[in-house]
Amino acid sequence: MLIKNGSFDKKWLMDKRKIRDLICTKLMLIITIIVSILFFLIFLILLSKSSLILGSESITDLLFSSNWNPSNGNFGYFPVIVGTIIVTGLSLIIAIPISLLSAIFIAEYAPRKIRKILRPFLDVLAGVPSVVFGLCAFLFLVPLVRDFIAPFFGIESTGLCLFTASITLAVMVFPIIISLCVEAFSSIPLELKEASLSVGATKWETVKKVIFRATAPSIISAILLGFGRAFGETIAVNMVVGGIPKVPSSLFAPTETLPSLIASKYGELMSIPKSESALMFGALVLFIVVLIFNLLGLILLRNAKKRWKL
Amino acid sequence: MSKKLIGEIETQNLNICYGKHCIIKNVNIKIPARQLTAIIGPSGCGKTTLLKSFNRLLEIRDDVKISGKILVDGNNILRSGLNVSDIRKKMGLLSQKPYPLPMSIYENVAYGIRIHNHIDSKKLENAVNNCLQEAGIWNEIRDRLHDPASGLSLGQQQRLCLARAIAVQPEVLLCDEPTSALDPISAQQIEKLLLKLKKEYTVVLVTHTLRQAKRVADYVIFLYFGEVIEHGPADKVFNNPKHPRTKAYMQGEIS
Amino acid sequence: MNKRILEEKIFKILMYVSILIVLGSLFIIISLVVANGATSLSIEMITQTPTGGYYLGKSGGILNAIIGSLFLALPATGLAFIISLGIAIYLQRDFTNPSISSFIRLSLDILWGIPSIIYGVFCLSIMMFLGLGASLLAGIIALTLLEIPIITRSMDESIKMVPNGLKETAYSLGSTKFETAYKVVRKQAMPGILAGVLLGLGRGIGDAASILFTAGFTDNIPTSVFDSTAALPTMIFHLFSSPIPGVRQKAYAAALILLVIVLCISIISRFLLRKSSKFILK
Repeated sequence: MLIKNGSFDKKWLMDKRKIRDLICTKLMLIITIIVSILFFLIFLILLSKSSLILGSESITDLLFSSNWNPSNGNFGYFPVIVGTIIVTGLSLIIAIPISLLSAIFIAEYAPRKIRKILRPFLDVLAGVPSVVFGLCAFLFLVPLVRDFIAPFFGIESTGLCLFTASITLAVMVFPIIISLCVEAFSSIPLELKEASLSVGATKWETVKKVIFRATAPSIISAILLGFGRAFGETIAVNMVVGGIPKVPSSLFAPTETLPSLIASKYGELMSIPKSESALMFGALVLFIVVLIFNLLGLILLRNAKKRWKL
Repeated sequence: MSKKLIGEIETQNLNICYGKHCIIKNVNIKIPARQLTAIIGPSGCGKTTLLKSFNRLLEIRDDVKISGKILVDGNNILRSGLNVSDIRKKMGLLSQKPYPLPMSIYENVAYGIRIHNHIDSKKLENAVNNCLQEAGIWNEIRDRLHDPASGLSLGQQQRLCLARAIAVQPEVLLCDEPTSALDPISAQQIEKLLLKLKKEYTVVLVTHTLRQAKRVADYVIFLYFGEVIEHGPADKVFNNPKHPRTKAYMQGEIS
Repeated sequence: MNKRILEEKIFKILMYVSILIVLGSLFIIISLVVANGATSLSIEMITQTPTGGYYLGKSGGILNAIIGSLFLALPATGLAFIISLGIAIYLQRDFTNPSISSFIRLSLDILWGIPSIIYGVFCLSIMMFLGLGASLLAGIIALTLLEIPIITRSMDESIKMVPNGLKETAYSLGSTKFETAYKVVRKQAMPGILAGVLLGLGRGIGDAASILFTAGFTDNIPTSVFDSTAALPTMIFHLFSSPIPGVRQKAYAAALILLVIVLCISIISRFLLRKSSKFILK
């Protein structure tokens, strides 16, 4: 009787385990499905919200007109898009070489002790909130650009400009690219480095010709992640970019980026349906660009992997 | 003074330590030129460490301390101020598992040549082809020279690595259990190649299979927990081991 | 010959310069915030809420923002943690086939790249659709969405690293899939999971763009999830936008508080990482 009871308990326990297993698995499935269609949902909402402006203005006007005047109902996004591209592009041009060289230093050249010290510093830099970046850029870079750098090139500038914004973004991107690249570089088998070194290549030749090649996919995705961060950065850029939706005439001219524009105008324009819709269109453009770059990155990655069968 | 063959390695009081843990203790050996020397001993006794100290590859790891002298053709390669890449060029390496560089088959071999010489593409092509032929892989890959090297079989990859190593015209070939990851047929091919190559290069072979050492070695070094127990010409060590530990190892009592 | 060594030397110097730039910028940031923040930091700043004319330079503090930040970031991180853990476990090969999981990973990557301002706009749209305005709840949702891809990514990475043999051991002892994932894999991947959560928390507490519209702004400490609330990043942003220098100075003090919080999170995460690595198979 007792034994029977025991086995019954055991069986019931088994069933309970199985049921719990089933419930948890299905729950996870549901969550996963919701999250993975989230980006689609965001796309739909942005699209439906911007349908108002898309109905009344042609999409080419919105994208390629330079006339930005919300109070008259003119929403030409061209200067803002150009501003976004230049600010992001310039920041990456600054950030990529510096980050890659730093990553190589940390992963390949620095002695272990220094490497250990450097890691937490990078983590701290990665953790600095963007609003603090903006504040520091305003305090440090803006006067520097206004009083020294811009006059050096013979240009008068308030310091709130494209150049300042790009530098700020570059610093924000450093820790992202560096830590991902360090990870990639250190995951290379030691023997591969040895193979290159033992035919008499110098360390730098090994880095240049073997390590960069072997980690190309990871470097690409690190750069893309950095791009994503820079492209979408809102607050820090908003604080130093100048906020004037004009195609910049020089490095030291003020301009505006898409996210920064949304942040500064949404509050005041959200009560006017057409303006709100126009800003939603801006968000939609932002979203689509991010999407395209992600897919592009994926294709690049696939190709690189296939090419060297990594 | 008689003219020495090039590619002779000699160590004097060589000690290698990782932190406090010493892997190689006071090793004094002489590896004869243009012969096949086998370093044998149980696993974990420092064979690979000893081998990799010969081309100063240990330095890329942290906290390795090396003291003593390693003389290659009479020059101490541990001296500071030397150009390390020149030393490594003299000492080709064949590692345990083949590690083809992430490039095409052709580029793998051309890699080292390009680094050291500026020659036109015609000559480069000839040199690469010669190396591939010498490594006995030419016939299998002649029409896919520009495919990724990682697509080859393991055995082919290992022979490619051999071609890559001899492409820079080293004096010594350091082989770190080059057949342990391979199937028997590929292993045999590598062994045959090594026997052929010892006419032109000094070959140092680390192996943990005694039978392989017996098949190919001219000279044997028996290493046991970082110390050289016995070394000498192969037939002497194998047939007439002096030290009881060597005897035990030969008879399979320790492995 | 000499050219090769020269090239290496040049690039070595460039490396030194690069790492100095990176470290230098961190040094500048910290010293600027500390130097400017410390002068205007006071006890009342962290113990009082703003009084009427605070933004014109009158007395008061930013307690509402500190509390608001915690009320926003902690629940958001908790929610994001639960959701991310579910997804990360589900992404394992034991549960899904590789083609589905690679699609999920792709969509997570896309979410990772979506600017936080878009999460803010998206959440506000949904809230307005539901008839709710800017509120603590909306802010929490926006931050949760922002943190999910960050946390999931690092969890996924660390779970992927769990050796297969370990899972096989668990299965061969008769564990179910979920038990294996929850009891064995989770333990082995714990450091990575923790790191991910703290990364998410740090990001959540510092992000301004996603809560700029969703959480609103008020001088009071929120009493329900439908109240709007201030947070440190938005507070800094507001104080910074003030034309009065004295008020601007307070932005630096607020930035110092925020930086200290973020640093604490970073230090705690290092400590926890070390502690949780004890049971890990290497």
